[in-house]
Order: sequence, then structure tokens, then C-alpha cells
Amino acid sequence: MDTLLNPPAETQHRKVVPMQGDTGAQKTDSPSLSIVLEDRKAARANPAKANAEKLSFWYGTNQALKNINLVIPENQVTALIGPSGCGKSTFLRCFNRMHDLQPDTRYEGAIHLRPDNVNLVGRDIDPIEVRMRIGMVFQKPNPFPKTVFENVAYGLRLRGVRNRSELAERVEQALRGAAIWDEVKDRLNDSALALSGGQMQRLCIARALATEPEILLFDEPTSALDPIATAKIEELITELRQRVTVLIVTHNMQQAARVSDFTAFMYLGELVEVDATSKIFTNPSKKATEDYITGRYG
Amino acid sequence: MAATAALTLQEIRRGLAWRKQLDKVFILLGLLVMLGCLAILAILFIDLVMQGSARFNWDFLSSFPSRKAERAGILSAAVGTSLIMVVTALVALPVGVAAAIYLEEYAPKNWFTGIIEINVTNLAGVPSIVYGLLALGLFVYQFNLGQSILTAGLTLALLILPIVIVATREALRAVPKAIREAAYGLGATRWEVTKDHVLPYSTGGILTGLILGLSRAIGETAPIITIGALSFIAFLPPSPVTGEFPFLSLEWLKSGFTAMPIQIFNWVSRPDQAFQVNAAAASAILLMMTLAMNGVAIWIRYRFRKKINW
Repeated sequence: MDTLLNPPAETQHRKVVPMQGDTGAQKTDSPSLSIVLEDRKAARANPAKANAEKLSFWYGTNQALKNINLVIPENQVTALIGPSGCGKSTFLRCFNRMHDLQPDTRYEGAIHLRPDNVNLVGRDIDPIEVRMRIGMVFQKPNPFPKTVFENVAYGLRLRGVRNRSELAERVEQALRGAAIWDEVKDRLNDSALALSGGQMQRLCIARALATEPEILLFDEPTSALDPIATAKIEELITELRQRVTVLIVTHNMQQAARVSDFTAFMYLGELVEVDATSKIFTNPSKKATEDYITGRYG
Repeated sequence: MAATAALTLQEIRRGLAWRKQLDKVFILLGLLVMLGCLAILAILFIDLVMQGSARFNWDFLSSFPSRKAERAGILSAAVGTSLIMVVTALVALPVGVAAAIYLEEYAPKNWFTGIIEINVTNLAGVPSIVYGLLALGLFVYQFNLGQSILTAGLTLALLILPIVIVATREALRAVPKAIREAAYGLGATRWEVTKDHVLPYSTGGILTGLILGLSRAIGETAPIITIGALSFIAFLPPSPVTGEFPFLSLEWLKSGFTAMPIQIFNWVSRPDQAFQVNAAAASAILLMMTLAMNGVAIWIRYRFRKKINW
């Protein structure tokens, strides 16, 4: 199972330009990935962008993640589902080392990021470097109390972009990417706090997109939004996969079914099952998954 | 089971009426106590204004002290107090904010930080005369800063440092974790998060704390008597702006000084009734200065609250 979920590094494709949605071309010429079981068809379709290997995580002495192995396929949406406290958010936050902001936390194992194969949770790698490559959108919209423009420009400024026209251009690009440009183009210099909740969340997505992250993490991005705003965000997420690899934690199983290509079910800090979303929701191979999906617990 | 039977509607109403009476009694009590406190302050203020009303004129503000009560003014005291406040603010703000940032954002949570935190809070309760004695030994004798405006400013800065630190920490803590996470998530360093986000968003709270500290410092008498404030000064400190290059001078820092509370104390202790009028007028002006500073603090807080509502 390990080898299936974790294909060797050299078989992976380099992602040259993150914006190009050329995964279709890569599907066919992936030789070593052809040795995959029938029910892992989906995993074969896309090369891995990241690879969690025997990942464990501790808050103090409390082990929150237990030996997790999971492939995150490139330019696909992978959903993490499971009951409250199962560790799905904890797992998500390993990818951009958010846990390092808290004292007394510890990782073991690895998350290898393709193509350069750097271990995101390695002790020798700077968490800030990781966060510059992996973007995140949070549970509650959290725009800075600055202007719409400054919110999106902040990540670029951190990366040393000073040129005004370049800033303006990349901010517009990001806002278009997050499907909010038309709504805010006339109020770029207004406070971001004047936007509606759904607009704020799309602004936060634009903010994360501006720096062209390799993976975009979503931590229950619609749990504070109304159904219409939620629908817009979901639509956006399904479009985003063309330019970025998406990992999303959601409480809402219908949402996982709607937006994701792959779904991983977690329970009590362990990864129970991962598969193509259509398979997980119609024919899960584990009893626990079935129980959760059919609403027997959680 | 009959004893626990449901209350009749009448019983409920009777009980409720009694409980609502109690409610009203408490409201009345609270109102009385609050109005009582305010009334005392108001009476004090009105009394001062009435006593000193004879001296509310431009001459009083623009004259030096004099042996003749009717010619004496508060010019040197008001200028001294203002300059001391400038020094106090310029020292207490950066030091206090830096200390608060360190304690809140950087310091590891261990026993050592715990001891520092407890002591910072305790420092707020140290009698001000102790700060005066410390300043006399340290600034005047050890560092040879003299009995100057600089010494007085530094002393009062020490005095209000705990207030500034505590207020700043509270302001920093009020910035939501989600905002910090958003900035960290984009790859900001701790300093970038602090300088670009946490500090700008807590400016209102920090300035409010500083001004409340200053309005405490403005009335302090004991420490500046201890370090040797003069009670009779018929000159102004050298001007900070000069006619020749480099146009700015720091000579005023080394000047001897007097301050409003000293001047008031001096006048009050004179037997001549005419000086009591001066003291009352000066007290009223000092009180107005304090109230004005508090007003500014409220205004700043209001403005920043309006701009940033989480």
C-alpha cells in the first residue's frame, strides 16, 4: 500500500509553470505509475505534488497524527474529511508549518514536496520558506484591516516586489483568479473590512493566489459563510485546480463530494482511507468510512 | 409531591414583582454611588474655578512667578511641565512599547518571563517618591544629569513605564490570532507581522495607554521635588529651535525647571491669601490639562475603533 500511495520521486513530473493546466498531457507518459491497482485508478491519473510519509505529529505529549501516508496529486483537489478532532486540520497545518507558531509541537516523518523533494516538516527547513511556497485560506475570512489592494499586495511586498505597475498587474491577476475582480475593481482603495463575508473570503483566496503558491490549503473555508457565498467559493475551488494543487479540510461531506477529486477520510489521528471522491462516496472499502459517510457518527 | 407542585400564576407574579423591586434597589444604589463620586469631583473643580476666577487671564498664563501675588503667573511652570511631558512621552513610548512587544510576541513562556511580568505589574504600585529617590541617586548623582528637565522627564518616564507596558500588551493581545496567522501564512517573519500588522492595528490602544500614563505623570509632585525642582524660576529654558545651524538645540534638556504641581504647592504654602487664589487658578488649569489629555485619549480610541472593527 505504501508504494502505491507513494510512488518513487523520480517518476514525478516537474511542474514547470504553475499556471499551466497541462496535466492532461502528463497523464499518459508516466511509466512507473502504470503499476497501480485497479481501485487506485485515480491516483495513477496524476503525478504527486506532495507526499506525506509516515507523518506523525505531537502537541506536547499528545499525539494528534499517527503515521500518515498520503499522496496529494498535482492540480487536483484533495479533500480531508472526518469527525471533529480527527486531526484533519492538524494535518493540513503541517503543510505550511503553522504548528511551529505554537511552542512544544513536534513532527516526525516527512512531507516531500515535488519536484525538488524538499521535506516540508524537516528540521533543517525554515518554516517561513515553506509558507512562501504553500498558501493557506483560513476558516474565518481574515483580511487585514487595510485596503483591498494592500491585502493582495502584501505577500508580493514580502517577496520584495516594489515596482508599482508590477504590483498592480499581479494584484489584478490574483483578484481575477479569485473571481472577485469585477466586484472590487472600483474599490481597490477601500477598506477590505467593508466587503461582505463571501467577498472577504474570496479576497483571502486572491491574497493567497497572488504569490503563486504550489499548494493552496483550505481550512473549512465556507464554515462561516451563507449558502450563496459558499456556492461561489466551491465553484472557485473547482476552477482553481487548473493552476494550483488544492488541499481542503471540510466538515461538509456534500462539499467534499462537490469540489474534490480525491477524498481522504481521517479518524482519531489516522488516515483510514483515501480514494477517488466518487469511489469514497459510493463504494468505500472501509467500514469506518462508510459509517461516517452514511452519518452513523461524527 | 404536593410541596413541589407547580406555582400558581399568582405566586409567580408576586415573586417576580419582589425580584424586580430588588433590581430597582440595586440600580438606585449604583446610580447614587456613581453620581456621588462625580459630584465630589465636580464640586472640587467648580470650587477651584470660582476661587481662582480672578486670575483667569492672559497675564496669569504669560507671567513668571513673582513676590506680588497679583503679578505672579504660571509661565515657567506651564512650559516646564510641557517640556517634561515631551521628554517623558519620547522616552516612555519607545521603551514601553518595545518591552511590551518583547514580552507579548517574543518572550518564551517560562518562569523567568513570569517573574518579569509580575514585577512589571507590581512596579505600577510602587510609591512615586521611591522613583524620585531612585532618580536622585541614579540620574542626578551617578549620571550627573543635574536637576534638569531631562532628569525629571526620565524619572516620570520610569514612573509611567508600567502603565504604558500593561496598556500596550493589552492592545497587542487584542489583535486576533487569525490576523497574525494570515500574515504568517503569507511567509512573514515575526518582526514583519509585528511591524506591518500587530503594531499598526493596536496604535489606538497604545496611544491611549501613553496618554493615561502622561495624565498621571503631569500631576506627580513628590518625585520631581525629590530630584530638586526649583520653586521659583523667572526664566524660560533655552529654546529648542535656534537661529543658527543646526537650528535645533538640546540645551533645554539641561535647564533647571519648575512644574505646575510644584508651583501650586509653593503658592498653597504661603500665608498670604492672595496666593491661595493663584493656587486655585493654577490647580484648575492643571485639572483642565489632565481632562483634555483624557479627552484626546478617548477621541483616539474612538477613531481607531471605528476604523478597525474585527
